[in-house]
Amino acid sequence: MGNLYNLLSQDSRFNGALKACMNCGICTAICPAAEFFDYDPRRICDTVQRKDENAIEELMRSEVIWACGQCLSCKARCPRGNAPGEIILILRKYAQQLGYFNEHIKEQQRRMAAVQGNNILQTGYCVHPDLVTPEMHPEQGPIWEWYVENIIDIAPKLGANYHGEGPGALREIHQKNLEEIRKIYEVTGGMDLHHLLLED
Amino acid sequence: MTKRFWNEYQKEIADDHFFYERSCIRQTFFPGSETAFLRIMREELHKDIRDEANQHTCTGIGYHSDFVPLETTMTVVARLFSLMTEAGYTNYVPSCVTSFGIFSEMLEMWKEDPALLEQTRQYLRKATGREFEVPTNLVHPSDIIYKFREELKQNMKYQLVNRFTGKPLKVVEHVGCHYAKIFPEQGIGKSEFPHVLAGMIESWGGEVVDYPERRHCCGFGFRHYLLQENRGYSVANSKKKFESMEPYEPDFIVCNCPGCTMFMDKWQYTIAEMENKTYDRDGYGIPVLTYEEMAGLLLGYNPWELGLQIHQVQSEKLMDKIGIKYDPDEKYRGVNGKILPKPHKPSFLKQ
Repeated sequence: MGNLYNLLSQDSRFNGALKACMNCGICTAICPAAEFFDYDPRRICDTVQRKDENAIEELMRSEVIWACGQCLSCKARCPRGNAPGEIILILRKYAQQLGYFNEHIKEQQRRMAAVQGNNILQTGYCVHPDLVTPEMHPEQGPIWEWYVENIIDIAPKLGANYHGEGPGALREIHQKNLEEIRKIYEVTGGMDLHHLLLED
Repeated sequence: MTKRFWNEYQKEIADDHFFYERSCIRQTFFPGSETAFLRIMREELHKDIRDEANQHTCTGIGYHSDFVPLETTMTVVARLFSLMTEAGYTNYVPSCVTSFGIFSEMLEMWKEDPALLEQTRQYLRKATGREFEVPTNLVHPSDIIYKFREELKQNMKYQLVNRFTGKPLKVVEHVGCHYAKIFPEQGIGKSEFPHVLAGMIESWGGEVVDYPERRHCCGFGFRHYLLQENRGYSVANSKKKFESMEPYEPDFIVCNCPGCTMFMDKWQYTIAEMENKTYDRDGYGIPVLTYEEMAGLLLGYNPWELGLQIHQVQSEKLMDKIGIKYDPDEKYRGVNGKILPKPHKPSFLKQ
C-alpha cells in the first residue's frame, strides 16, 4: 500500500501543489475544463490526498486527468494554496511512465510528440508558420492561408528574418543550438519520453 | 471612493539593459509586434535590449502538453539563462506569457529547493559545458511598457478616443493566465486585478470594460488546441468570453499573451463561419490587438508594418475611429512594394 502515492509525492512539484485540500470546490467552480468536460479538480485533490491506492490508480488510468487545460486558474483561486493543475502534471507524468494511459490518449500523445515534439528537436521552435498548415488548421481562416502562401514577401515587411541567419523573428536556429538542445534532452530524460511516446 | 486593489501590489521592473527572448507563438502569428517592441525600447525609450541569435524555444508548450518532462524544460531554461549570462545581462524579458510562467516557476522551484538548482547546473554542464546565473529581474515586456506608459504617451500621435464622439474607446483587456495566475506576485496588480494592460488603456485615453468573464481563460488548453479533435474546448471558452463582453460593445480587445491574441482573433472567424454570429453590431468582429500593436498604432507606426493585415478580424474601422492615417493600397503589398494577391473573403465575417 502507498506505492503510487509515494511515487507521486517524490516529484519535486508535489509538496507545493498539494498541501491540505478542504474540498471547498472553488477550483471546480472556476475551472474552464470542468465546464466543458466531466472533470472536477476538487475530486482530483481529494482522491490523491486520501491515499487510496485503488482510487489513485483508477484516476491515473482514466481519461479524466487529460481534461485539464493547464490555465492554472485553480492555483490562483485556491484559498489553501493548492494547485490541482500541477497535480495533474504529476499524475500524467507517472501515467505515461507506467503505461497507464489508454490507446486513445496514447495515440494523442504520440501525435503531439511526432509533430510539435519533433519540431522542437528539428527546428528549435514549438510553433512555427511552416507547421501551422492551412489544411490542418482551417480555423485559422483565409488570411492565415494568404499569409503563409506569401510569407516570403510579407514577413520581411514585419521585420521578421524568416529562415534567415542571425537574430530576428523566425530566424533559422543554428545547428549548434539544436545539438545542445538534443544533448539536454538526452541528459535529462526528454529523449526517453520522446521515444516512449513515439512507440507504436 | 473606489478601492484600487492593484495599487496594493507593484512589482520590481528593471530600468534598463534587458535580454529579450522571443516567443514561438508571437513570432509565428505576430512577428511585427516583436519588431515594434524592440523599436519602442530603442527609439522611443532609448533602452539597451539584446536580441540574441542563439535563442530558441523554452519548450513550455511541450511541458504543459506532457511531451517534455520537467527536468528537460528546466535545463533548456537554464541554457537560455546561460545565453543571457554570456552576453553580460541580468534582466530577462520573455515575449511569451507561457514562457514567463515557465521561467517564474523554475525560479520559484530553485529558490525553494537549492538542490534542484544544483542538479540543473549539473545537467546543463554535462550536456553543453555551459554555466549560468539566475536573472536578477524577470519581467514580461508588457510590464516594461506599463512602467514607461506615461513617457510613451508623450510621443504618441493618437489617443484611445473616438474622434467622432470624443468619448474614450471601450477596451476589453485580456491578460494571459500564466502572467499572474501561477505566481500572482509576478503580475502587476496580482491575478484578480491585473493592471498591466488596464494601466496602459487608462493612461492612453481609453476606458476598460469590466465584464463578468474578464478573468476567464481564452481556452488555449495546450493539448486541447494542439489536437485537432479537442479544439471544441478552445473555441467554447473564447465564445463564453465573447458572449460575456458583447453587451458592453467593446471597440477592441487587447492581450499581453500572443496565444490569447491569436485565439480571440481566429475563433471569432470560426464562430462566424459555424453560426453566422459576430459579437459586434456590424458583422466585422471585434479587432484583437497585441499591446505592442496598440502602442505602435498610437505612436504612429505603419499598421501594415505592425502586421494588422495578418489578423483575421480587420482593424480599419478601429483606426478610422481613432483617426489613424493609413494607406489602404499598401495593405496587400509585400516587401519593396510588391503587389500580392488578395486573401479570400470569409463567407460571413465582413472584411
